[in-house]
Amino acid sequence: MAIIEARGLTKRFDGLVAVDHIDLDVEEGEIFGFLGPNGAGKTTTIKMLTTLLKPSEGEAKICGYDVVKQPDLVRKSIGVVFQEPALDDQLTGRENLDFHARLYGLNRREREERIEEVLKLVGLEDRADELVKNYSGGMRRRLEIARGFIHHPRILFLDEPTLGLDVQTRRAIWSYIMELNKREGITIFLTTHYLEEADNLSDRVAIIDHGKILAVDSPRKLKDMIGSDVITLRCSEPNRLKNILESISWVKDVKHHGEELSIYVEIGETKIPKIIKIAEENGIRISSITLREPTLEDVYLNFTGKTIREEAKPTIRRPPPRPRRWR
Amino acid sequence: MSSLELQAIYVMWMRQLKRFMRARSRLIANIIQPFFFLAFLGLGLRPIKLPGLTTGMSYLDFLAPGMIAMSIIFASMFAGVSIIWDRQFGFLKEILVAPVSRLSIVIGRTLGGATVSIIQGFIILAISILFGVKINLMGLIPGLFLMLLIAFFAVGFGIALASRMEDPHAFSLIMNIVMMPATFLSTAFFPLESTTSWLRIIIYMNPLTYIVDGLRGCLTNMFSISPWIDLTVTISLCAATMSIGTYLFNRSEA
Repeated sequence: MAIIEARGLTKRFDGLVAVDHIDLDVEEGEIFGFLGPNGAGKTTTIKMLTTLLKPSEGEAKICGYDVVKQPDLVRKSIGVVFQEPALDDQLTGRENLDFHARLYGLNRREREERIEEVLKLVGLEDRADELVKNYSGGMRRRLEIARGFIHHPRILFLDEPTLGLDVQTRRAIWSYIMELNKREGITIFLTTHYLEEADNLSDRVAIIDHGKILAVDSPRKLKDMIGSDVITLRCSEPNRLKNILESISWVKDVKHHGEELSIYVEIGETKIPKIIKIAEENGIRISSITLREPTLEDVYLNFTGKTIREEAKPTIRRPPPRPRRWR
Repeated sequence: MSSLELQAIYVMWMRQLKRFMRARSRLIANIIQPFFFLAFLGLGLRPIKLPGLTTGMSYLDFLAPGMIAMSIIFASMFAGVSIIWDRQFGFLKEILVAPVSRLSIVIGRTLGGATVSIIQGFIILAISILFGVKINLMGLIPGLFLMLLIAFFAVGFGIALASRMEDPHAFSLIMNIVMMPATFLSTAFFPLESTTSWLRIIIYMNPLTYIVDGLRGCLTNMFSISPWIDLTVTISLCAATMSIGTYLFNRSEA
């Protein structure tokens, strides 16, 4: 039985369908990536799966418990790291962890042991007794991840765990997540709009756009689906070249985005001369041409007809402005 | 109630205590206003004679219980309303996703807010005694009980507001245009006996009047209204705001 199971899960906000009849089966022990642009319905899905929002339609079971009928049992089985920071910055790192451990009913001995353990795993043992307001963004994120699994959840939900972090910190967070998955055997459900993140971390990826799941499989298989090689080129008349290439039998698919054409083929190195020849015969000038293996970006483009960058408006993750104190 | 729920109440209470101990500037900000009223109004107007004051009672003696009640009400409301800040900083989600009931969260916050505000009330009480206010020591025990009720009432009011409000600025607006005038018209600053008929009607309609009169009665033996009416009104207010606060918080979303 799948550890996360959703059937026809739907959420409407005032007539707008944020999540549209999605089905999900996440197996125990896997890292499951939920990939899509901002506004695709990722956070809404996480909120429903973690009992913070009631679905408008459909049902979801976490560890066999229904998210609407058995919310307390669901909450006991999961850990959640939200997209926006959710720490009390007037408390120290250790106090934040202790607060959480008590809320989940750990006794004193368990709390002491576990807090040391998780602090070590995310490399915060030296800074644990400092107030969180003095932490950097990356440290806060690590503390939140540590907090999320302190109570031995079976599933850890991570909503955009590396949003707004720099590249080194992002890689560090990835290694903590993988370590956690391996050492504690926790199932990890993470949302992201970073393709490399989904590709590097996930055992399986679901691509979501406009509230619908378009494909679910391992990153490898998803990439294999669209062919072994991608030729990307820039030329004078991309639309005409696209029409010409589409009629050729060894061309699996052609996508036009921005100023580039992506051509999906097998054994790409033998196709480049042929494509150049075809272009010349038709009087189209090619200004650049590259060959590469397909990435999840290509998969995404294939399913949605646009690149994730075209769709996603970048947002910076930062704490909300400090509210003015009264008086 | 299960041990998990008790643990949740404890941890919510502890968190507020820790935050209180660390936010020195807020403690000073909360205490400075009643302190100034006591020092400037109380010491400055000490010799004046007002109707309704018992024999040998100075204006300072009259003012002190009102200032204690005011500091408890304001600090408790702030504690209740701080749910808004928790929502803004995202911490509320961490609390709501935990496997504990919302009732425990409300109880924990109420006890935390009450503890913190009664500490502030006692600081004002100590300052009053230093200024020479004559406190009826026998009245301290019923006085403490009343302070708890006052704190519960105001925390509940704050939680109810916080569950309906998105914007923290709305809170300072409510404090300035509702709570300040309500405090002025609660007999905290001048006795009921010294007012004209129409003002007296407003004072009688103001729930804070009974709270202030009750606490003053306990601490200085001067009741303008009957102690039993004061107590009944205070308990009813407390029950009303606590249940409305709990109800609204239960329905609110992170």
